[in-house]
Amino acid sequence: MSEKVLMKGNEALAEAAIIAGCRHYFAYPITPQNEIPAYMALRMPMVEGTFLQAESEIASINMVYGASAAGARVMTSSSSPGISLKQEGISYLAGAELPAVIVNMMRGGPGLGNIAGSQADYFQATKGGGHGDYHIIVLAPGNVQELADLTIRAFDLADEYRIPVMILGDGFLGQMSEPLVLPKPTGKKFDKSSWALSGAKGRDHHIVYSLRLTPEHALEELNIRLQERYAAISEKEILFDTYRADDAEFLLVAFGTSSRLCRNAVNILRKEGIKAGLFRPITLWPFPYDELEKAAEKVRMVLSVEMNAGQMIEDIRLALGKDKDIQSYGKMGGVVPEVDEIVEKVRSYGTR
Amino acid sequence: MAQDNAKLVYDRPEALVDRAHHYCPGCGHGIIHKLLAEIIDDAGIRENTIIVAPVGCSVLAYFYLNVDGCEAAHGRAPAVATGIKRVHGNSKHVLVYQGDGDLLAIGTAETIHAANRGENLTIIFVNNAIYGMTGGQMAPTSLAEQKTKTSPYGRKVADFGQPIRACEMINTLEAPVFIERCAVNSVKNILKTKKALKKAVKNQVEGRGYSFVEILSMCPTGWGIKPVDALKWVEDAMIPYYPLGNFRDR
Ligand SMILES: Cc1ncc(C[n+]2csc(CCOP(=O)(O)OP(=O)(O)O)c2C)c(N)n1
Repeated sequence: MSEKVLMKGNEALAEAAIIAGCRHYFAYPITPQNEIPAYMALRMPMVEGTFLQAESEIASINMVYGASAAGARVMTSSSSPGISLKQEGISYLAGAELPAVIVNMMRGGPGLGNIAGSQADYFQATKGGGHGDYHIIVLAPGNVQELADLTIRAFDLADEYRIPVMILGDGFLGQMSEPLVLPKPTGKKFDKSSWALSGAKGRDHHIVYSLRLTPEHALEELNIRLQERYAAISEKEILFDTYRADDAEFLLVAFGTSSRLCRNAVNILRKEGIKAGLFRPITLWPFPYDELEKAAEKVRMVLSVEMNAGQMIEDIRLALGKDKDIQSYGKMGGVVPEVDEIVEKVRSYGTR
Repeated sequence: MAQDNAKLVYDRPEALVDRAHHYCPGCGHGIIHKLLAEIIDDAGIRENTIIVAPVGCSVLAYFYLNVDGCEAAHGRAPAVATGIKRVHGNSKHVLVYQGDGDLLAIGTAETIHAANRGENLTIIFVNNAIYGMTGGQMAPTSLAEQKTKTSPYGRKVADFGQPIRACEMINTLEAPVFIERCAVNSVKNILKTKKALKKAVKNQVEGRGYSFVEILSMCPTGWGIKPVDALKWVEDAMIPYYPLGNFRDR
């Protein structure tokens, strides 16, 4: 089973969802993630699952809501404009404490933008996205293997915390082919019998809702419960990676596709004797504030490399405060940062 | 003793929760909830039924019906119901309860596509020609020249179009098996409504497919008239534009 296969990111993700036990998938086509619905349309009938091409992203996220309320493992996928349409539904999932996995293979924006990979939805994904005081868990894979592995994890996290989990990739990651070992199911079981809708047989009726108007269904109470859950997630579920960061004087911070370029830049800089390293958040929410602070303790400069105008840099500043020299290098509109330019940014700083 | 021989001839249906509801005097939602509860009891499906409540006055329907319940975002009840149904298949019966703003304005796409897919659902469409919950604004079903909060000079067809006839629109699609328009403004009409709802539920239980029941209903508060006058307004103003009757029964 641990044989390597060559797969596109989007297809590896879809297969991993099936391995994780996802049997319900609802979505609406949009580039650059169309390989996911195509794969699901082919694969779901083989495992007696449901593939449904919905009439819109709004419909598909609400189908996800219904399937989740019924107790199923369920996923939807889209790209930036479609994810914007799903935001009301994601807020309802959060309010009704329903698990779900949502994939955003980001593309350039704003507006219709373009179909190149981008990281411009960082704010939307990590700071709420829809209305109300809520968070979703945001996972940012850096390669196809990790994309598949994190998909498995996403389903477990969603069920464990009854929370929507977003896999935040981008068009490049979704469409690149890499060898991977398909992950195994974790086998974790989650008991949903206390809340899922399965018919009120021999028990009180279950209601899945987020409207809270009365003292016995106080909205503040739900919010407090959610915040406690978010605190527990922040405590236990942080994921990050470092590369040659132990003795670094220059620390690049990047996630997803831009982190791959940063690895190359670190290698080039190291050859020149410049002590560069990389810190790569894998959970973007919860963000690894403390871990980054520790990694950056001794560095002279931190460079945030993003495929956007500089969004994650706000979290980096929160982690490191005003005393650290934090620089930004971002490329917008679906343009990829150049390794040479990353190298030059650090090199010129180092010899300053 | 007379009491010993007393026979219970009328009781609260098991599927109806024993609690006061929040509906205004003269509102039709309470009547329709009661009919549904009786039908659920008669069919013996209380333990296998899930109601999807819309955003609108009837959002709290899940507190009144003693079955599993699910709230849906405004307009999305058919999509939510599709999700539930695709998980449980025909082992659970999903009733979709929607108002006219929900079903014909914000949720038109979900309405059409669930119908077109022939989802095995029972749609209960309560047409009160107004947005009740938000305080009486114009609905897609508000009649021409009808005065509402957002049509203070009357609904101008030139600006807002003619009111939409849902049954006729659904009736252009191939998949639905049952389409009927009823009303709850008189005993006679209520009994007909019950019969149509019963058939629409039976169709789902038997796995026959999508059933759509439109119910013309009163909203005296939203219309700004007395409850008795509201019954008459349904008869004199609504029914001529929205003819009652069966459109399809396969
Ligand atoms: C996305 C969104 N838009 C608007 C609203 C406000 N809203 C709540 S109910 C409603 C209209 C309800 O009218 P209808 O569907 O006719 O049902 P009724 O209350 O008359 O039974 C509106 C506009 C909302 N809750 N969500």
